[in-house]
Amino acid sequence: MITHTHRPLRVVLYEGSGSIALPAESRAKVMMALLDQGYTVTRSGHGASAVPHDDRSLLVLGAFEGRAPALEDATGLVSIDTRDITGLAPDAIVALVSKSRGDKPMNEPGKWKPWFPVIDYSRCTNCMQCLSFCLFDVYGVSEDNKIQVQNNDNCKTNCPACSRVCPEVAIMFPKYQAGPINGDEINESESGREKIKVDISSLLGGDIYSALKDRSAAAKSRFSKERSPDKALDERKKCLTKLVGDGFIPADVLASLPSTEEILKKAEIAKAKAAAALAAQ
Amino acid sequence: MSSPATILYCRCAYAQVVPTGVKNDVLQQLCASEASFETVSDLCEMAAHRDPRLQAIAACSKLRIAACYPRAVKGLFQQAGFPLPAETEILNMRTQTAAEITESLLRSDS
Repeated sequence: MITHTHRPLRVVLYEGSGSIALPAESRAKVMMALLDQGYTVTRSGHGASAVPHDDRSLLVLGAFEGRAPALEDATGLVSIDTRDITGLAPDAIVALVSKSRGDKPMNEPGKWKPWFPVIDYSRCTNCMQCLSFCLFDVYGVSEDNKIQVQNNDNCKTNCPACSRVCPEVAIMFPKYQAGPINGDEINESESGREKIKVDISSLLGGDIYSALKDRSAAAKSRFSKERSPDKALDERKKCLTKLVGDGFIPADVLASLPSTEEILKKAEIAKAKAAAALAAQ
Repeated sequence: MSSPATILYCRCAYAQVVPTGVKNDVLQQLCASEASFETVSDLCEMAAHRDPRLQAIAACSKLRIAACYPRAVKGLFQQAGFPLPAETEILNMRTQTAAEITESLLRSDS
């Protein structure tokens, strides 16, 4: 399901009793560099509560003037490593963290983009259109018949197509540039969109692409630029084409994916799931 | 005196959708304060992996988060299985200024 599961190391920049505080500029440089490399960093100073530790390792950095204390978690659940950073420049502190981490695997920015749909359940009506629209099984149904995102990793990076066709404007992609797909508030024209229910099965009676285009032409005036079935369809097609181009999906496998019959079947299954979910409510 | 708020800053390091100037300024101003605070590389990345650390964050009282759109941030936590308390304050680095955000984050309730 999810393959990028290496959790970041939690680094604690300790500036409490027994340690000398870093200059603010150095503190900011160190924190920016560590965050940009994927670490989680706690600044331990004064005036706010810290999030409790969990079961990971802690790396505690402090200007202890050569006397980094040996610390042990009272519960025995967390391994604590302390390092003295007295007199070290920001670059040297970041290098020290890398050295302390060693070869422990960690997710790192730049190697993967967290791209997946996020459902706004305050708007979602469980209509299951996203489930029938997505060709990659990103969506599924929970035990209590609610639509949910079940396979994040199946989502195709930069494809927000399902969000564009959601009749309730309930699907967000936080890494998308424009609203309301990025989670921005929904304006009145988008709210008007809520009343448009699309019967996916009827759309797919003929050729899937021409059917959706016909449907979009009829409803064009009611769709915003960012939320249109035309764009959704193009993105889905681009996504498939890119997958073939990159060699991720052989052409013959792709050819078997979006046939009209299969989509119709999928829509029927989704419809049945939706009906069952609604009946159970 | 009431307990201090928990401050969380999201760097959005896995995608450059938060303006660099704003997120740098917010972090610099937090660093210039004396407050303790938490920072994460990317809340989306953590939510994608159902990182249990999100549960620890959601369990904090008086939580203030500097990240992006509140609707998206709430959705991320909920989808990960750890809904945020209703009173959580979410500041949006994609639309607000660094000064507005820092003022809200460091505001004293006492």
